[in-house]
Amino acid sequence: MRINTFIYSLKQGLKSIRRNRLFSLASIGTISACLFLFGIFYFVVANFQYMIKTAETSVGVTVFFDTGISEAKIKTIGNEIRKRAEVSKVVYISAEETWNNYKEKYLSEELAETFGDDNPLADSASYSVYVNDISMQESLVKYIDKLDGVRQVNHSDSVAEGLESFNSLVGYVSAAIIIILLAVAIFLISTTVTMGISVRKEEIYIMRLIGATDFFIRSPFIVEGIMIGFLGSLVPLVGLYFIYHKVISYITEKYINIFSTFEFLKINDIFTNLIPISLAIGIGIGFVGSFMTVRKHLRIKEIK
Amino acid sequence: MAFSYNISKHLSELETPVIRFDQVTKTYNTGTTALSNVNFQIFKGEFVFIVGSSGSGKSTLIKLMLKEISPTSGRIFVNRRDLSRLRRSQIAKYRRGVGVVFQSFRLLKDRNVYENVAFAQRVIEIPASQIKKNVPAILSVMGLADKHNSLPGELSGGEQQRVALARALVNNPAILLADEPTGNLDPKNSMEIMNLLEEINKRGTTVVVVTHNKEIVDMMQKRVITMNKGILISDEQKGGYTHAN
Repeated sequence: MRINTFIYSLKQGLKSIRRNRLFSLASIGTISACLFLFGIFYFVVANFQYMIKTAETSVGVTVFFDTGISEAKIKTIGNEIRKRAEVSKVVYISAEETWNNYKEKYLSEELAETFGDDNPLADSASYSVYVNDISMQESLVKYIDKLDGVRQVNHSDSVAEGLESFNSLVGYVSAAIIIILLAVAIFLISTTVTMGISVRKEEIYIMRLIGATDFFIRSPFIVEGIMIGFLGSLVPLVGLYFIYHKVISYITEKYINIFSTFEFLKINDIFTNLIPISLAIGIGIGFVGSFMTVRKHLRIKEIK
Repeated sequence: MAFSYNISKHLSELETPVIRFDQVTKTYNTGTTALSNVNFQIFKGEFVFIVGSSGSGKSTLIKLMLKEISPTSGRIFVNRRDLSRLRRSQIAKYRRGVGVVFQSFRLLKDRNVYENVAFAQRVIEIPASQIKKNVPAILSVMGLADKHNSLPGELSGGEQQRVALARALVNNPAILLADEPTGNLDPKNSMEIMNLLEEINKRGTTVVVVTHNKEIVDMMQKRVITMNKGILISDEQKGGYTHAN
């Protein structure tokens, strides 16, 4: 494409958007709404995934040993656990450490002193085992449970599992809403381009008669669709950028009990992915919508 | 030797028709037969009138020559190319060699004279620098040099048709098709346009004018092809409008 043709297509595309202001605005608005919702869902999904990842690395499996077990045996058990691929970290917590932790957390200083050097949790040495992938936790627990010298295996995967199922739900709902909105956006772009074509019917006819190629005739409409898509993706990105901080601080303050242990993704981490995804979706919708319409309406129809 | 070769080349060019209709029939889906077994040839540099009353098939001839429609049977050759064999992608390029003007001028009302003419060059992707030279030159030939900033609505019918002519000619087509070019003009402007067409023809462009303007046809004494109900009923050198009705 010559640079002049590109400039011509750009100018005509902009002119067409201006001419069909209302429809163009409706199309831009729908794409914006679609991508705004997409952005919100993306925030939720990305943050939940981040939280799951954090939860997965922090939720551990605790392994207790048979009474009177030898230290060598404890080491053997530790080595066996470490061999598993899903295990990221194994930490040994002696009975003394367990008792000290307990005293700190639950007993007053005076009450703790009454125990003197006695350790009521003498058989409470344990391994804290951390996994890479929470879905492997169950099989790991079964495996450890069968190891010789293991008395009990405690695990708590409810938090991670809850997060994961909520995340899936958000994913499905968002996908459904976004698909519907995408369809509406494509329909609106198609209507806008159809309007543009009908307004420029005479011009298109003249262009054909003086030897304009199909590409030359079609390109302003494709450019129009792409520009609508681009503008439609730019608007929500700017909006989302400004509300992200506010929403995060609002949620953190309002639901301090729930979110005190979790950390939200930083705005830059979110937008590094969100900007190209939104632009690609917006421009993609614009291109697909206008391309389909132009193919349908600008096919050279012969009077039979 | 070289001289005789050039002469024979020149003669063969003159003898090769630029437009040839070979047993052309066109029946529309509605069942109307617009053309029936039409045969004619137009040679390079000719000025030809195609005349006939409404429904005689004149406009169908123009549409066929522009490859807007295809014949139901028969073949059309333009510059030795069989139009039925043109691929879709070749149609645009083919049309660049055929200028066309209409009764209703078909100018872009939101663009000035210069832009209307430049548009014809822009759509075939002529470089901007070339457009800046070509458009004023053709506007000056058409006597529109001082009107380049005017919008079509500000011009008289004759001036608008001259803009349409400038647009049709700016790409130097070998053939100019004019579909009722004087249909919306008064006698004085009609004569001006015909004089311009004659001038264009003298410069080497083959000119085909579809019209039902009896006075002009009779006065200009050019070749006249007469159509009646889709049938070519006469083809006369230096003819008149006598057979049309």
